[in-house]
Amino acid sequence: MTIRKGRGVAAINYPTGMNLGGDPSQALVHATPTGNFMVVLSSVDLGQGLKQVMAQICAETIGVSADQVTIDTADTDTGPHCMGTFASRGTHRIGNAIIQAAEEAKAVLLEVAAEELEVDPTDLETDGQGSIQVKGAPGKAISIFDTALAAHFKHGRSISGRGMFLVPRSYPETETGAMKPSTTYAHACTVAHVEVDDETGEVTVTSVKNVFEIGRALNPKMVEQQLVGGSWMGISHALYETTEPYYPDREHGPVDFNQYLMPGPGDLAETETVVLERPAADGPYGAKGPGEMAANPQIPAIANAVFDAVGVRIDTMPITPERILRALKARAAGA
Amino acid sequence: MRLAKDYFADERQDGLNQIGQGLQRSDVPGHVTGKTAYFADRTFPGLLHLKMVRSPHHHARIRSIDTSEAEKHPGVHRVLTHRDVPHNVYTILILIQIGPEDEQVLAEDKVRWKGEAVVAVIADSERAASEAAAKVKVDYEVLPAVLDMESALEPGAPVVNENHGQNYYKYDSGESRKVRFGDVEQGFAQADHILEQTYRSSPIEHAPTETTGCIVTPDGNDRFTCYTNTQAMFFTLDNTSIILQMPGHKLHFVGGTVGGGFGGKVDVTVEPIAILAAKLTGRPVSFVYSREEEMQVSSPRAAEKIVLKDGVTNDGRLIARQVWGYTDAGAYSRHSPYGAQKGAAHYPGPYTVPNVWIDTWCVYTNRTPSSAMRGFGVTIADFAIEVQMDKLARLIGMDPIEFRMINAYRDGDMKAHRQPTEGAALVECMQEAARISDWPLGERFSRMSSLGREGLE
Repeated sequence: MTIRKGRGVAAINYPTGMNLGGDPSQALVHATPTGNFMVVLSSVDLGQGLKQVMAQICAETIGVSADQVTIDTADTDTGPHCMGTFASRGTHRIGNAIIQAAEEAKAVLLEVAAEELEVDPTDLETDGQGSIQVKGAPGKAISIFDTALAAHFKHGRSISGRGMFLVPRSYPETETGAMKPSTTYAHACTVAHVEVDDETGEVTVTSVKNVFEIGRALNPKMVEQQLVGGSWMGISHALYETTEPYYPDREHGPVDFNQYLMPGPGDLAETETVVLERPAADGPYGAKGPGEMAANPQIPAIANAVFDAVGVRIDTMPITPERILRALKARAAGA
Repeated sequence: MRLAKDYFADERQDGLNQIGQGLQRSDVPGHVTGKTAYFADRTFPGLLHLKMVRSPHHHARIRSIDTSEAEKHPGVHRVLTHRDVPHNVYTILILIQIGPEDEQVLAEDKVRWKGEAVVAVIADSERAASEAAAKVKVDYEVLPAVLDMESALEPGAPVVNENHGQNYYKYDSGESRKVRFGDVEQGFAQADHILEQTYRSSPIEHAPTETTGCIVTPDGNDRFTCYTNTQAMFFTLDNTSIILQMPGHKLHFVGGTVGGGFGGKVDVTVEPIAILAAKLTGRPVSFVYSREEEMQVSSPRAAEKIVLKDGVTNDGRLIARQVWGYTDAGAYSRHSPYGAQKGAAHYPGPYTVPNVWIDTWCVYTNRTPSSAMRGFGVTIADFAIEVQMDKLARLIGMDPIEFRMINAYRDGDMKAHRQPTEGAALVECMQEAARISDWPLGERFSRMSSLGREGLE
């Protein structure tokens, strides 16, 4: 028995949003009397933290802190239409809708502040800390708190806005396939190191070094959780997961987590994550969608590392110990 | 995690107030203290439970369905068959004009996969519903099944789904989605080496912590509230409206935080039948998949077969790529026609190839319908492309990163689907990955950039 070491690489790209577009999302934004902001959506938070990112996008656009923004979502009686949370589209599509809605609300906010300060609204800016000031004269300012109160009870103005984002649908040309699948792409490169036991066929991923280019890390901590979690899923796809281990045979299907294999805590690879940011021209603050891409480059990188280690190609996913042993046996028989 | 701020620094505006800040998620304290409410945390007086009778066969004609014993079972309130479903044959992408309607909410004359829903039983408890479901008698005439894509595409194969007429989805472009760019035969003629390889994958489960489900309450004003963990609120509501022939304003969907989706909760499988059950019983109804249903009934990531034929030159240029991609949709479309054509848009990956020929097929078999999953149409394609790139590099004796660098797309390069490349960053990702892996690259490769052709010719 020998433990053989190998190294493999893979590089990929991934489109942001529904293939061929045509997937709208809307947002409504309004201020409370004391200058807090409500964002109303029908989008779904799958546990990835959509609500936090949307709060930061709205807060940045209006010029308040994120904890002053409340996300009210996933109720079809109140929230405007959203195509859904899938296709790495949430941050890009909904984020853009929120920016549009927040800008409309902010315009009203500045108009009210301008009346209160007796200046022209075009001379005003928010300072990002909850205050509205005259450009170049920060001493002449009014808080968003006071502005919202004045809007409600003195001026009778609704500080609110509507936002809609739609990438127009592209229809593929039937003969050539000319089409516009996406407006922006994220990128990644993974280098994986493995150890393969040539007696048992067992693969240990000792490290994955993942480099992702995601447009803009709107919240780096949340980017990290998504990229590290996705990387784990990639390793799991490469080596463990299937509902039908002998596909197309329908027998042997797992029915619970005792039978459906995934890497446990002891199987986690040392994971290094580096993020590059090349802002997307049409992304909210430059963001692309890294959600799905995060799990893709590890699979071929590990497949290539296994070949580097033991010299057999497993071209069928998942790369199980059985498949490796059968390939080693076939090679020995052929030699 | 490290942000490599040196790359593309002049294209980026740093120093914003909220954007770029690693603020703590506002929902995390609820998650880690167990206080976050999921749909199934709701309880309602008089809640009923729905269990499904499912097909034990891959393919069979239904001669008769006898629910009389089940209806007499203690605690049973109602037993539903296809006759109770107003618009029983549906397809979810009809909302974006991708038809035909091809799937039964509850099976009528045939079952087309092992696990297909046939009869719904609604009872006081999950136990009573399960016991009664076991008393439903369905008389089947077993038919020959098609379980793999090769058999499905053979002439004379049994037809899996009569709504399609043949065992593949018919696009406006014919039997497959096609991309034709340059002249692939001429490319092969100019190549020093040609490599044709076949890659395969098996179905994969989304494995969310929370299984698919919903609870429906009749609201007393002829409206119904559906608490659901769908990934797409209006998509599910609008499909439900079609299936139940119920105006959308009668439906109120409430979602919220979901315990993991990964694409597994974009099918419309539990909500319509649970709302119908609530309507016909006048009681709140819960329909939640068991873990077994989540793994074997809920649609998985499709199995795929991908054949790549590449022409490469000795100096490392990929000059021709031909692709045949096959997606195993199982018995019904769901999102698979979309996923298969997403694959056509994705090849040849992040590389500039002057001659490309792509056919992607969506194939029907007597299997659990597959559907969307994280990386839909792309994940398995990337496995194939990137293993192939490794083989090609070894074939011509080049370093695998340097080989990719030569072929990586740059801004302005024309893609096979005839869109110019914008915002490319693959070269820089590889440069950084090589740097942190102590993977030495030749001098000209560290000068390369996604912005232009520096170091290439």
